Amino acid sequence: MIVRLRNPSRELTINGPMSVTKLLNRLELNRESVLLIRNKTLVPGDDMLADTDEIEIRPVISGGFGS
Amino acid sequence: MKCTVCREPACIDLRRHNSNFCSEHFLKFCRDQTARAISDHQMINPGDRVLVAVSGGKDSLALWDILLGLGYEADGLYIGLGITDYSDISKEYAQTFAASRGAKLIEVDVPDTYGYDIPNGSKAARRAPCSACGLSKRHIFDSVALEGGYAVVVTGHNLDDEAAVLFGNVIHWHTEYLGRQAPVLEAREGFPKKAKPLVRLGEREMAAYCVLADIDYMVDECPMSAGNKHLRYKEALNMIEEQSPGTKADFYHGFLRSAADRFTDLVEEGRSALGQCQHCGSPSPAEVCAFCRLVERAGGQRIELTTKGETHS
Ligand code: SF4
Ligand SMILES: [Zn+2]
Ligand SMILES: [Zn+2]
Repeated sequence: MIVRLRNPSRELTINGPMSVTKLLNRLELNRESVLLIRNKTLVPGDDMLADTDEIEIRPVISGGFGS
Repeated sequence: MKCTVCREPACIDLRRHNSNFCSEHFLKFCRDQTARAISDHQMINPGDRVLVAVSGGKDSLALWDILLGLGYEADGLYIGLGITDYSDISKEYAQTFAASRGAKLIEVDVPDTYGYDIPNGSKAARRAPCSACGLSKRHIFDSVALEGGYAVVVTGHNLDDEAAVLFGNVIHWHTEYLGRQAPVLEAREGFPKKAKPLVRLGEREMAAYCVLADIDYMVDECPMSAGNKHLRYKEALNMIEEQSPGTKADFYHGFLRSAADRFTDLVEEGRSALGQCQHCGSPSPAEVCAFCRLVERAGGQRIELTTKGETHS
């Protein structure tokens, strides 16, 4: 599967199938800090990702504290 | 995984609520939580005109969408900060959203109006960028809200934001700031009422709301935010949250229930001494207010704000 990440923006190819939780663990990502998006919708933690999937892992933490 | 409400396949799990939701019921959950925050803290009264501070990011666009969905008369205010491409792209997201909802977006550009931008102006004024930025934004929110006769200014601060700020204020025992962490600050001479209707919703929920409501937003971070200490506080809280879901909500809402009262007197004491800024008339403890001093040091020019609202439809 193709996995798109941000900050910095990059693309990984990872062999599937694999559950969302397992993928996040493998990338050492905290599930509170990201969303997993496939075909414009969210994929929950226990769903399986197929080898042919294209996935975006989107960070959800913003840092600005001006107001 | 099935939706807790309808038993259809769920697309998001919220461990702190022990619930899973399908898209439809998740969007409803977000609206319900926002409505509950508004009523619990009397943030918006029936018939109030609301000004939403819109940055083009997930929180403010989700908030605007939710308020419109709840039937409020809510206009947006976008402030251009002159932060290179980041500002230009954020503005486009705000404009695109406003146009898609037929909502009114007021735009104030700091470089055009006041003659400085945040990256250079903060350097010249020897302030941290986020501090100069926050001061500028607060001044402009206040002026636009008062001039436009809005009953309340709402911002997209979410549970994670408030928990991180509280964490920082507790670690350093900034007691006067603790008194200002309430999700509502009532109006007083020269300041509009301010409220944070998203305090019952986390950061991950707001991003999820935008994905599921098909709202495009600025995902990339402001380049000035790198190394911000609040980011570290958020990461620390999320490490605890991952092991013990509900920690952030307990921390922040527990503070509001059990301790916030004890600090509000400190805020009142600080307030009694305010006079008026001799330039812009804003409440200020000094002859010239912090914003007017910033404008001067940043190399800009003081201008009384006149806003022209543009209606996108
Ligand atoms: S990160 Fe700082 S400089 Fe950037 S928009 Fe937020 S408050 Fe302003
Ligand atoms: Zn459902
Ligand atoms: Zn002033």
